[in-house]
Amino acid sequence: MRNRVIICEASEIIANGLAEVIDSMAQFDVVARIESPEHLNEKITASDANLLIINPLLLGYQNKEFLNQLGKEHPHLVIIALATSYLDHSVLTPYNGVIEINDTRSKIISKMNEFAQSENTKKADDVELSKREIDVLVAVAKGMMNKEIADQMNISIHTVISHRKNITRKTGIKSVSGLTVYALLNNLIEENDLI
Amino acid sequence: MSKKKNLFSKDTKLAELIAGDRRLLQLLLRFGITLGFGDRSVEEVCRMNNVSADLFLILCEIYTDNSFKPDHNALKHIDMSGLLPYLRASHQYYLDERFPHLEEHLQRIIEACGPKYGPMLSHFYEEYKKEVMRHIKYYEEEVVFPYIEALLKGQRTNSYRIDEFEHNHTNIQDVLDDMMNILLKYLPGDILPKERVEISLDIMELSDDLNRHSVIEDHILIPYVESLENSLS
Repeated sequence: MRNRVIICEASEIIANGLAEVIDSMAQFDVVARIESPEHLNEKITASDANLLIINPLLLGYQNKEFLNQLGKEHPHLVIIALATSYLDHSVLTPYNGVIEINDTRSKIISKMNEFAQSENTKKADDVELSKREIDVLVAVAKGMMNKEIADQMNISIHTVISHRKNITRKTGIKSVSGLTVYALLNNLIEENDLI
Repeated sequence: MSKKKNLFSKDTKLAELIAGDRRLLQLLLRFGITLGFGDRSVEEVCRMNNVSADLFLILCEIYTDNSFKPDHNALKHIDMSGLLPYLRASHQYYLDERFPHLEEHLQRIIEACGPKYGPMLSHFYEEYKKEVMRHIKYYEEEVVFPYIEALLKGQRTNSYRIDEFEHNHTNIQDVLDDMMNILLKYLPGDILPKERVEISLDIMELSDDLNRHSVIEDHILIPYVESLENSLS
């Protein structure tokens, strides 16, 4: 999946420079560039971003509180500090990572790749199956093939596969027969739903 | 590091080697090594039992080091005559001892589950058993091994080549791990908890054993058979 990045930075020079580096990476798109954290929440939802790069100076003293709130609303969002000047360690702790003003291009690239990875580990904490995942699970348990599931749910095979990966990650169960037992135990299907 | 090197030398006492990792006990009977070996070294015990000490030590390495991959070139100089009997003995151990043992425990859990969950658990296990039998018994034992034995006699058949080998142990392990997750995480908590912990420990051990077993097949058996095929063509 491509990574969708929002940059929140008041300096146009810095924001544009960073956006240029990130856009040069195959797996990353800068989906929004904003100057202040106003309406940030809505913008993250609207653009479906998974990475936020923000200058902590924009948040002032409400730093921690603001980030907590943001983390609650968007549990999958990786939040990265853009440090344009020296910042105390305590300011940076609530962030998932830091990009510094004097980082080289290659340093930024390797950091971005790392941050995108950390999103995956963040997701691992989230164990509840989503509504969509339950639909896919039920279809798999009934013995349907990926192609059939995609057609029935009107989604791409790629999306079906990604749902299946998430189901396995969340339940710890890999095989179709195991998923069937899981679905039965959780009353998602009945014995006579099975072919 | 140096300690590890000492552990895996032919001069090490067999008893010491086993004390270092209890999983190595499994290898003895599969290699046909008789107990009562006293304080003899690996080399002596292997010689007494007609086992290649090099092969024995490589398998010990696979069982104790997760990241160990045998060097294909080094394998060429090793006497492999004991490999097939070893693999057959492992299969026999899985099919005649481990799986029936698992089944016995599981049967009690299935009965305790009652009509609501019992039949589906039983069905899950039966399907799994079929898959295990199909791969180990009807495929490896009845297709692959006879093919290798024919190669060893210098006979070449056109019906099969080792590059078609089904790496099916992954699936066998996956379902086994699923079974453990179901027993630990998803079955209602009040159904035979002690039995479920017991069986989970067994499953972990078996799953680890099967994992090593497929490393042996993929990284020792297959290169070996490929070299046999090449020498005949």
